[in-house]
Amino acid sequence: MKIHEYQAKELFNKYAVPVPQGGVCDTPDDVVRIAADLGFPVAVKAQIHAGGRGKGGGVKVVRTAEEALQAAGTILGMQLVTKQTGPEGRLVKKVLVEKGVRIKKELYLSIIPDRETASITIIASQDGGMDIEEVAEKHPERIIKVAINPLNGIQGYHLRQVVFGLQLEPGLMKTVSGVVRKLYNLFVDYDCSMLEINPLIITEENEVIALDGKMDIDSNALFRHPDVVAMHDPNEDDPMEAEAAKYNLNYINLDGNVGNMVNGAGLAMATMDIIKQAGASPANFLDVGGGANAEMVENGFRIILSDPNVKGILINIFGGILRCDVLATGVVQAAQHVNLSVPVVVRMEGTNVEAGRRILAESGLKLINATDLADAAQKVAEIVN
Amino acid sequence: MSILVNSQTRVLVQGITGKEGQFHARQCIDYGTNIVAGVTPGKGGQAMDGVSVYDTVKDAREQTGANASMILVPPPFAAEAILEAIDAGVELIVCITEGIPVMDMLRIKNYLKTSDSRLIGPNCPGIITPGECKIGIMPGAIHKAGGPVGVVSRSGTLTYEVVHQLTQVGLGQTTCIGIGGDPVNGTGFIDCLERFNDDPQTEAVVMVGEIGGNAEEKASAWIAANMKKPVVGFIAGLTAPPGRRMGHAGAIVSGGQGTAEAKIKAMQESGLHVCKDLGRLGLLCKEVFV
Repeated sequence: MKIHEYQAKELFNKYAVPVPQGGVCDTPDDVVRIAADLGFPVAVKAQIHAGGRGKGGGVKVVRTAEEALQAAGTILGMQLVTKQTGPEGRLVKKVLVEKGVRIKKELYLSIIPDRETASITIIASQDGGMDIEEVAEKHPERIIKVAINPLNGIQGYHLRQVVFGLQLEPGLMKTVSGVVRKLYNLFVDYDCSMLEINPLIITEENEVIALDGKMDIDSNALFRHPDVVAMHDPNEDDPMEAEAAKYNLNYINLDGNVGNMVNGAGLAMATMDIIKQAGASPANFLDVGGGANAEMVENGFRIILSDPNVKGILINIFGGILRCDVLATGVVQAAQHVNLSVPVVVRMEGTNVEAGRRILAESGLKLINATDLADAAQKVAEIVN
Repeated sequence: MSILVNSQTRVLVQGITGKEGQFHARQCIDYGTNIVAGVTPGKGGQAMDGVSVYDTVKDAREQTGANASMILVPPPFAAEAILEAIDAGVELIVCITEGIPVMDMLRIKNYLKTSDSRLIGPNCPGIITPGECKIGIMPGAIHKAGGPVGVVSRSGTLTYEVVHQLTQVGLGQTTCIGIGGDPVNGTGFIDCLERFNDDPQTEAVVMVGEIGGNAEEKASAWIAANMKKPVVGFIAGLTAPPGRRMGHAGAIVSGGQGTAEAKIKAMQESGLHVCKDLGRLGLLCKEVFV
């Protein structure tokens, strides 16, 4: 689960990691008030869950109350388009107003879990404020990576690898070490799947400050972080995906026209692929899970059909523990409750498949039966093309 | 022959009195798995369908000589259940539970290195040696005993699809392992491939991967260098949008890494027979293996 910059900075603050003075608000008047309290110049920063905000026009530095009002008017309510939002952009509802700082040096710092080595990896660079992937490509020698065994936690030598690697002046090493250690602790305590500060700055006054802050928290760990759950911003959710999540359905909206409903994530991905191979394009990813029941199937139908692009639906179920006859009953019930406005191709296999097929055939519903996966994809592609 | 589990495997079930635990323990017993004990804290002394329940894994192991565990406990308790099994000296731990925090798995993965236990999963369907031992939630009936094909996969139902097709074309399986869809898991592709390579009854292998991470690339390189048997490979997720987790916690293309294209390329360059049409996987295996 992603959180906003201002929320990440609240957590930084809790861990005594310095951040600029500032406040978050959602009206131009409050922007001016906070700016006046802080003293100019201030930065007005759009709060959305996407990077590249500055280039998209979502961050402005202002020097007067008039400028602050103008910036607030532009940013609040704008559809901010960045390289991470897609062409439709994201509506800005909140801004963070922060006191300006005098930057001497910009560093890059991030912490991620490394799935391959089962370690927690700190990535740092003296080329802060830039696109880190670009730095990694052009100057790989300027990227420092330090892997930490989570059983032992962060040690002094890890910190030394970071600060010596950054070629910091000796007077700053202790301060930066302290900040990195605190961020590591925050990362572990809060089950982060990503923590990134770009830039982490050194001011003219030799203070170390997190000028930005990005955090992504492992959704599987939210049960032990009620404070993070409270940070959830429904404005950032795709409405259809949020609706699906209510029913424990794993749904991702895509831009094709073949809706599909599958049990199991791997099979769902493979079904999307086979739709594409047949010459059509998937409208979604939808995994109803191994324990799907009639209600889940019905909600799955409703969500798929609420996408106006959908011209046909493919149901692909491999009955295992979830028996085909149970599933077929669910499909029939669901179809009676929802107005099935597009053709539905059903491919079922596995436990009790004969009974399942019979239930579908006797239901009187206009379902198109497919004998196997290839046949199913072919049939649904013919319908939409 | 088979790998990791057979008719001699003595299985305990952690979480046996829960809804999922009860259901799947019964399915395993029906299949013929030697379920010797169950563990549910506070329910020691009770029995589930004649299977004795113990309060701790240590007790269950000492009393019954169980050498494998199937874990079906809710995610907040699953990491601790794995640790308990490791500390009790259980040799093979199969964790079905989906939703264990990555931070817990990072610690467990490192802790496993200091023990003699092997973990399969988490977030997996389990492991089955058809006709002998099923530790997991896969439907037993789709399998065909006796080999000659070994199956290793990151997925659940996609594995059932693959196994079903193999059975349809008359190819039985030695052992089928779901290594799980999480970013950090106990047993990887290479661990399984090594064993299949050494198992005299396994003549060929099907390896099913998906987007995210680079386990398939590493396994492909290992196959090119070591594998004496033909391998058919399949990768799911060609149409998955970058930056999105496709159901499985580990199935994500991030920063251009972990794409299906890169994995397919690695498989092809390493001499695997890549299946590009899932609908024909069984037939392809028949062509390649027979």
